[in-house]
Amino acid sequence: MTALPKHPPAKRLGLAIDLDTCVGCHACATNCKEWNTGGISAPLTDVNAYQAEQRGVWFNRVFTYEVGGEGPQARTVHFPKNCLHCDNAACVTVCPTGASYKRSEDGIVLVDHDKCIGCKLCSWACPYGNREYDEHVGVMKKCTLCVDKIYNQNLPEPDRVPACVAACPSKARHFGDFADPNSTVSKLSRDRGGYDLAPETGYRPTSKYLPPRPGQRGGAAAPTAAEPLPAGTGRFLKWVDRVLTR
Amino acid sequence: MHPAYSVIFFTTASGAGYGLLVLAAIFAVAGLLPATTWLGLVTTGLALGLIGGGLLSSTFHLGHPERAWRAFSQWKTSWLSREGVLAVVTFVPAGLFAVGWVFLGTTTGLFGWMGVAAAVLAVATVISTSMIYASLSTIRQWNNGLVPVAYLVLGLMSGALLLELVARLFGVHRVEIDVVAIALVVVGWLVKTAYWSAIDGTGARITLATATGLGRFGAVRLLEQPHTEANFIMQEMGYTVARRHARSLRAVAQLTLFVVPFAATVAGLWMSGLPALLLAFVAVASLVVGLLTERWLFFAEAKHDAMVYYGR
Repeated sequence: MTALPKHPPAKRLGLAIDLDTCVGCHACATNCKEWNTGGISAPLTDVNAYQAEQRGVWFNRVFTYEVGGEGPQARTVHFPKNCLHCDNAACVTVCPTGASYKRSEDGIVLVDHDKCIGCKLCSWACPYGNREYDEHVGVMKKCTLCVDKIYNQNLPEPDRVPACVAACPSKARHFGDFADPNSTVSKLSRDRGGYDLAPETGYRPTSKYLPPRPGQRGGAAAPTAAEPLPAGTGRFLKWVDRVLTR
Repeated sequence: MHPAYSVIFFTTASGAGYGLLVLAAIFAVAGLLPATTWLGLVTTGLALGLIGGGLLSSTFHLGHPERAWRAFSQWKTSWLSREGVLAVVTFVPAGLFAVGWVFLGTTTGLFGWMGVAAAVLAVATVISTSMIYASLSTIRQWNNGLVPVAYLVLGLMSGALLLELVARLFGVHRVEIDVVAIALVVVGWLVKTAYWSAIDGTGARITLATATGLGRFGAVRLLEQPHTEANFIMQEMGYTVARRHARSLRAVAQLTLFVVPFAATVAGLWMSGLPALLLAFVAVASLVVGLLTERWLFFAEAKHDAMVYYGR
């Protein structure tokens, strides 16, 4: 049934995404594609992969925003975006077939590809634009939080994290249970002021974003004109001075 | 939102079919239309044909039309599922009503009640269709109380103009049909005008500042989107053609959907025979253009919240 679980899920699995340390390398998106095009969501079809008008199914997309206008306060923020596994997931309730569902055990939102009729209504219901249509297979696909990886007993325990988390070189992505107040993600979210994207939608996302730290803005002093060298400085010292002040 | 032609045809054709079913049932049960075979065959055949054709067309935009039957299962939560269930259920009393009218020459008694049931279910189906769109909080142009009203009124209005044409064709025309048609055209005009002014008067629900949560650091601007070419989300939800031509297309829609049918139907009040039939035909021909334009605009003018991430 596409009704949401009656009781809050026992676990609330999700990601804490650190916008302070994300360097915008797209490794998360690439590794996501790599894992999921071979996992339960396979294939993640690409159309016109090697020519113009290429498009394809990606569960994770990295945006780059300029924040704070121009000038010393401006900053560049890389912003990875994938399914937030909302508590109030309207993408689930609009589904006419029962293909879309939210798991009561861990809150993961999934699509049963064998039941999906490809009406795309769930993608219309998602305010975050996080559902993808596979036009070759004719069904909707989405981030599964690597459900076929995080519970995979064949993998060593440290590897049982979503592919995007495993790939991140700057530890900007953390995976865990938000229902457990002592989990890493809960602590990070508490300490760093983790927030919901577009809270006014009322979708109550599980995954949180950690804001960029204030950092030093406009603090680095611009190089000032060097004091004139005392008279009689030798040519070598003049050269050293010139090189070092460059 | 990308206007899929199959969905445009589905909502307009089935809306008109349900509208015709409702009005034909009311007029026939009230004894204002004779229970004759050919009139019944053309009226109910046209209504059920438009409904069936529309529903069939709606499956063309699906990735897996052969699984469409699964859509009857989730009526507890999904308006799309409710619409599917109601559409199928409506065929039962509508079919019996048609059988009574066409084969048994009766539109009263049990068959009259079937007509009433078909009319009630038809109204419920059209409202369910509209709620598929009106229930989406992600699209402010659809998440509006006037959307179900407009779908219902335009469906009934289309049905009235079709009934006018059929009644003229069979020489069983009555002034009550004119009155209903003219009233529905006027109400439809008012509803759509109110709808357009309502969607023009409301701003975006979410902004890039709240969507990213970065507004606290100042103005947020898209520097780079995730990829150089348009993806599914951008193609499905980033349709911008209509917004450039919205004004002129709204004028076309108003002219063809309301002005011409209104003028033709009013002029028909003083005419009979072939001229009146021609006017009824003009009204329906104009209605077709108007409905398609209006419905195309309904999709194309709608802007999805998710597009703010793409700086649109």
